[in-house]
Amino acid sequence: MISLCLASVIIFTIVEIAPGDPASFMLGINAQEDTIAALRAELGLDQDKLSRYFSWISGMVQGDFGTSYTYRSPISNMIADRIWVSLPLALYALVISTLIAFPAGIYAATQRGKVGDVAVMGATQFGIAIPNFWFAMILVVIFALKLRWFSAGGFVEWENGIFQSIKSLTLPAIALALPQASILSRVMRSALIETLSEDYIRTARAKGFGKRAVIWRHALRNALIPVLTIIGLQFSFLLAGAIIIEQVFFLPGLGRLVFQAITQRDLIVVESVVMLLVFAVITVNFIVDIAYAIADPRLRRRV
Amino acid sequence: MKNGSLIFGALLSVLVIIAAGVSFLWVPFDITQLSIPDKLQTPNKIHWLGTDHFGRDILSMIMIGARTSLAVALLAVGIGFSIGVPLGLAAAARKNSLIDEVIMRTNDLIFAFPSLVIAILITALFGAGAMNAIIAIGIFNIPVFARVSRGAALSLWQKEFILAARVSGKSDFLISAEHILPNIANLLIVQGTIQFSLGILAEAGLSYVGLGTQPPIPSWGRMLADAQTMVSFAPHLAIIPGTAIIVTVLGLNLMGDGLRDILDPRVRKSRE
Repeated sequence: MISLCLASVIIFTIVEIAPGDPASFMLGINAQEDTIAALRAELGLDQDKLSRYFSWISGMVQGDFGTSYTYRSPISNMIADRIWVSLPLALYALVISTLIAFPAGIYAATQRGKVGDVAVMGATQFGIAIPNFWFAMILVVIFALKLRWFSAGGFVEWENGIFQSIKSLTLPAIALALPQASILSRVMRSALIETLSEDYIRTARAKGFGKRAVIWRHALRNALIPVLTIIGLQFSFLLAGAIIIEQVFFLPGLGRLVFQAITQRDLIVVESVVMLLVFAVITVNFIVDIAYAIADPRLRRRV
Repeated sequence: MKNGSLIFGALLSVLVIIAAGVSFLWVPFDITQLSIPDKLQTPNKIHWLGTDHFGRDILSMIMIGARTSLAVALLAVGIGFSIGVPLGLAAAARKNSLIDEVIMRTNDLIFAFPSLVIAILITALFGAGAMNAIIAIGIFNIPVFARVSRGAALSLWQKEFILAARVSGKSDFLISAEHILPNIANLLIVQGTIQFSLGILAEAGLSYVGLGTQPPIPSWGRMLADAQTMVSFAPHLAIIPGTAIIVTVLGLNLMGDGLRDILDPRVRKSRE
């Protein structure tokens, strides 16, 4: 809660001290002084900073994010539209990332030091080093332009068929997932290796359980804690970090909304969306803490 | 094989550094000279990596671009290091005090901000350009260094040699500077390598959306942005700068991993 208040002050301050007046920006360089002043009054920009800050905050608490300077439409509506692109995209990328990382990480951990391990770890090094927007461009060339399996950009609205929508999010999700999957595989591998060296694993093995049974029934569950942390971090990253990928694929998501708002000096949109993202990050971290308790009964008493 | 990743990573990194260094003295072609008749050539004997849509030599641009990437990332890491490390050391020296609490809570707060969005916000509002990109990337390096140095310093404060230094009457500041810092230098170098490679990626991303390095100064991210519309008929325009980024980041990461294996006995043991 305190973090949220502080975050709101910081965001407000950054945007306040930034050069560029939204009113003069909207009206262009030839605008008259009094027109600018009138617009400033209409937008509420002539009030002092403190009262503007409080009206912004109190509005947001009630779900009223204010009105966009450039589009003249309520920001909450704009966000509501965009979130149905960004949220599914982040989830989609996370699912892909997890589906790759779990098998890859577990496999590498069991093959530790062998060829399979080295191959998987080498691949993840590449995955981390590849800029996702570059990977996105390559995906577009191969799967959209050459093979024509997917469209090169844009988003098919959900009303026009869920399958089509998911299809239009597939390439962006893969591009987003690649570095995340690489990081997650490495975390999975090292967490599993660490648990496999614990005494209770040796006990389980000594009791005659097979290697596979030990991994599935004992080790994996205990290795999940660090993995969950990273998944939580990645989800919040994916929600906000898709900004460049949304740019590559012309997806009408939150990232693109912020990006356009920044370039158009639509500061109230910028403030509100960034605030929402910070809120999302803090909430996700909280959920991860609860997920810990489910994965690790020892932590339950503390939460 | 044990130091294979260190050697391979160092080789790649040195390659990039040499390319950047040589570009100060010599590049194959003058990149300010546009030559439309030579445009969009694929790699050949004269232009080893081909030419772009203005007929500029891509190898020359990659070499100068290396300079840009390294400089931006290095300065950004420098900001994070020079502010983050003192903060982390101060927090560790006064564990659980108000200073510690304030520094660490601020850290958590900065971590909660979507770094890319804020970087874009800073560069867009205060003007696109290399300098603002450095600041934007640098700010998010501060909490990383603060956290790493605090964590490492905390365990050192329990050690006997620190106790001895305290008994001899040294101030917390002197102990941090003379005893703690040299002992956590290894960790900081490893973290620095990782942040450096992240800085390269961030610079490329910012330049790609047009908010980082501005033309005519070549930058890898910028080259990728230019390539986007032509990638279907001139894929080399995208493949070459992309490869340059991958080689640099891969080299730095491998070097960081290798260094950690050597410098951190704990990791060394668990790998054996």
